[in-house]
Amino acid sequence: MKAVTTNSKRPLPGLVLSEIAKSAVVAVWFMFLTFPIMVIRISPLDNIIEWRWMNLLSVGAGTFVLSFLWRYLLERKERGGGHNEALTWQKRVGLRIRSDRRIHVPGLIVLAVFAVIFPFVFSSYQTSIMITALMYVMLGLGLNIVVGLAGLLDLGYVAFFAVGAYFYALMNHHFGLGFWAALPFAGALAAVFGILLGFPVLRLRGDYLAIVTLGFGEIIRLILENWNEFSFGPSGIAGISRPGDFGIGLTLQGHTIYLYYIMIVLVLLTMVVVSRLRNSRIGRAWIALREDEVACQAMGIDKTKTKLTAFALGATWAGFVGCILAAKTTFINPASFTFMESAIILSIVVLGGMGSIIGVVVGAFILILLPEYLRAFSEYRMLAFGASMVLIMVFRPQGIISGIRQRYVVRPEIEPEKGGEEDAACA
Amino acid sequence: MDYFLELFFGGLTRGSIYALIALGYTMVYGIIELINFAHGEIYMIGAFTAFIVASALSLCGMSGWSLLVLSGAVAMIYSAAYGFTLEKIAYKPLRKAPRLSPLISAIGMSIFLQNYVLLAQTSDFISFPSLIEEFSFMENVTVMRSTELVIFVTTAVVMVLLSLFIKFTRMGRAMRAVAQDRTMAMLLGINVNRVISVTFIIGSALAATGGVLISSHIGQINFYIGFIAGIKAFTAAVLGGIGSIPGAVLGGLILGWTESFATGYVSSDYEDVFSFGLLVFILIFRPAGILGKSSSEKV
Repeated sequence: MKAVTTNSKRPLPGLVLSEIAKSAVVAVWFMFLTFPIMVIRISPLDNIIEWRWMNLLSVGAGTFVLSFLWRYLLERKERGGGHNEALTWQKRVGLRIRSDRRIHVPGLIVLAVFAVIFPFVFSSYQTSIMITALMYVMLGLGLNIVVGLAGLLDLGYVAFFAVGAYFYALMNHHFGLGFWAALPFAGALAAVFGILLGFPVLRLRGDYLAIVTLGFGEIIRLILENWNEFSFGPSGIAGISRPGDFGIGLTLQGHTIYLYYIMIVLVLLTMVVVSRLRNSRIGRAWIALREDEVACQAMGIDKTKTKLTAFALGATWAGFVGCILAAKTTFINPASFTFMESAIILSIVVLGGMGSIIGVVVGAFILILLPEYLRAFSEYRMLAFGASMVLIMVFRPQGIISGIRQRYVVRPEIEPEKGGEEDAACA
Repeated sequence: MDYFLELFFGGLTRGSIYALIALGYTMVYGIIELINFAHGEIYMIGAFTAFIVASALSLCGMSGWSLLVLSGAVAMIYSAAYGFTLEKIAYKPLRKAPRLSPLISAIGMSIFLQNYVLLAQTSDFISFPSLIEEFSFMENVTVMRSTELVIFVTTAVVMVLLSLFIKFTRMGRAMRAVAQDRTMAMLLGINVNRVISVTFIIGSALAATGGVLISSHIGQINFYIGFIAGIKAFTAAVLGGIGSIPGAVLGGLILGWTESFATGYVSSDYEDVFSFGLLVFILIFRPAGILGKSSSEKV
């Protein structure tokens, strides 16, 4: 209702003029700001200046329009009215989908059928892309434990991914260890690394933690790149075995489909485990730790144990996915484990909604599949990732689908039991 | 001995640059308690702007010291403008948000700016013109290059000016007040928004200075230089004690020497490992840094 009343106030001529003037100032400012980098380019070979005036015009026009949108959204957020309304609207739809069996049962069946027949309907290239997306779903869910639930900003998550991948690659290369034998150990080793990283950073606060984990991730990558005797350096390891098929003798295409089903099962497993973890004692301890560390300790929660389990359990999934990556591509090198990878996984978690399982799944599909299918825009992928991280933080910190806090409702007339369990399991 | 001195001066040069960038981190952290993750990108944009301006001007026939001063000045203005805008877009709306939010927004900004330069310019390494001329009196000195002397002297001058600014001007005093207690400073009539903007502008201009000097020393740049430099400068700031200006200088120099001697005497492959290792080590054993004050967190 509030939004309507302000809208009716808007078309005063003075207000409109001043808004236009503001946007014009912003546009001129951004044209000034982007002038050297967007307009001038010096070709390195023949030293000729290339002037790209069209860019200047598009920056001016773009920022002129965007600044209206920016101010409108910021105003709406500050007033809080429209925001809350949208939230309740969403909550209502969400609750309806979850509570009404007539909607969500057919929905889930359609989804399940689609997931099962997918590799037979689409080409093996599409299936391969879907496998990648599912891998990111798992990575996102793993990082979600650390960042979303425990509130520990881990910028070196890719290190655990690398640990899993290199574990399987090296074991396979030297000892011929198979995928199924390596998978649990890859997860376990990543968990050990998680604890190893966790120990020194226990005392650190949020922002320091971010930098140390980033440093840790870079150290792992640099070691893999430079320690030639151990990791074969930048050239990487080739010829890694695909997942063992127990003697069936699959073709290359068969292997892709096989891996797709492995991923589907693993993703479902991850979703179940993470959602059960979240509602467990340790999961609630993570959330409490995220909300307020000091108060949480005062309530008698062991900070050390809680943080370490978050790091270990988060890292485990990255270890699994690392192992799968090595088996999928049959080749790995340190270039797959840069900070950008960590940033992509983080933006999946942030965009999807920190702490929300469905949110992370949706976020991973959006961020991985969208650039794959919009090939024309794929070079703007990282640009859009960065911008969306800023915009999400400014306008919608809870992400696309916010995590739903479990509420315990006492209903004396029916039975004195917790009422929110189903909600939480779905969210 | 000559090798030692060479490494010593090399470390001094690197350390000066780290200190220049670290000042931006430390000033911003002192005032709004935020790690400005995109600070390294501001430094990179400074270097790119200087490259573009210097190339354009040298095509018009300009050369020598005037070229350095002019392109350096334009780079500083642009970096300051980017820093100012960055704060307005990515941090100001998040002043009251939980601590993690501005940090994530800063990381987003950092990725955005890197890719902005990558797409608008190039992903390759481009050779940066050597803007600093060789001094004739340095001809017989083998352990130190002229550029290193210029970098060191510039840094020292900038440090002194900055300390004087913070100590004696009205704005400097306001900055110290906001760093101590933002709410109280606001109640005493200090325009906190302006103080924060000025902090970003100064920090960004210093980063640009560092960017122009080191690029003209090393001779090549690309869009990614800001990331590593940013982390190292942050290490320097933490090492010295984040929030402390002499600490940033001290931390920068220690880091520069550590890297220089470690790569000179141990192995050059692991250059970055040494600095990250030092960062992890410091944060574990003395999170407040060498000159920093440790503070306890309250509910």
